[in-house]
Amino acid sequence: MPARKNDPAKVTLPSDREILITRTFDAPRRFIFEALSKCEHVKHWWGPRGFVITDCQLDFRPGGKWRYVVRKPDGAEEAFRGEIREIVPNERVVQTFEYEPMPGFVSVETLTLVEQNGKTIYTVRSLFNSVEERDGMLQSGMEGGMNETLDRLEEYLPELQGAAVH
Amino acid sequence: MELAKPFAMSQPSISKHLKVLEHAGLIAQGREAQWRPRRLVAEPLKDVSEWLEQYRQNWESSFERLDQYLDKLQRKEKKNARKKK
Repeated sequence: MPARKNDPAKVTLPSDREILITRTFDAPRRFIFEALSKCEHVKHWWGPRGFVITDCQLDFRPGGKWRYVVRKPDGAEEAFRGEIREIVPNERVVQTFEYEPMPGFVSVETLTLVEQNGKTIYTVRSLFNSVEERDGMLQSGMEGGMNETLDRLEEYLPELQGAAVH
Repeated sequence: MELAKPFAMSQPSISKHLKVLEHAGLIAQGREAQWRPRRLVAEPLKDVSEWLEQYRQNWESSFERLDQYLDKLQRKEKKNARKKK
């Protein structure tokens, strides 16, 4: 693993209905724009740890739809979908985001890329219909994360048990 | 009264703020003779900070993969540029 170059992502809550994520990447912004505008790239990085994209559809133009099916660490599949609303190449993408197990809870994501000295500041501002929907999203992440942690624990247990026997 | 002292705010405005915090379950009101001492209920704040941290970690794991993928894209472009020369 190469040494860590970039500060980890920051998450803030600028208002009752928003979540703001900021992260700096060590690449000009056109590469990031490329990486998020085509399925052949998206498949390599999108989603929490342990999630694998098994089907990717992305019609990257204003009014185009996207849908990513992921396989979770427990083997179950679920999907995320939305619609692209606005594209300013290399600068800005506005799209809707919906987690299919919770249909109707649609948030609007505004993604912005700002380049400085060859690095890019990537921000995503998610706007939810209500404070309850936003908090629901934060909580669902918690559950997913807890499951991931428990899965890893489960994998590690036989090793621990093996060590105890010796 | 005591809670209002450090703030440049009237007693009624402070009471309003306290009511909001109480309604949100972030402070609790006690009763001691003529006093109404409030105490902080920090548990919900801890929940929020845990949700935020988990949400952040989910994104961060995507971003770490994107870091590596961007390296690859950039290397590929350099290689192609050399080929053209």
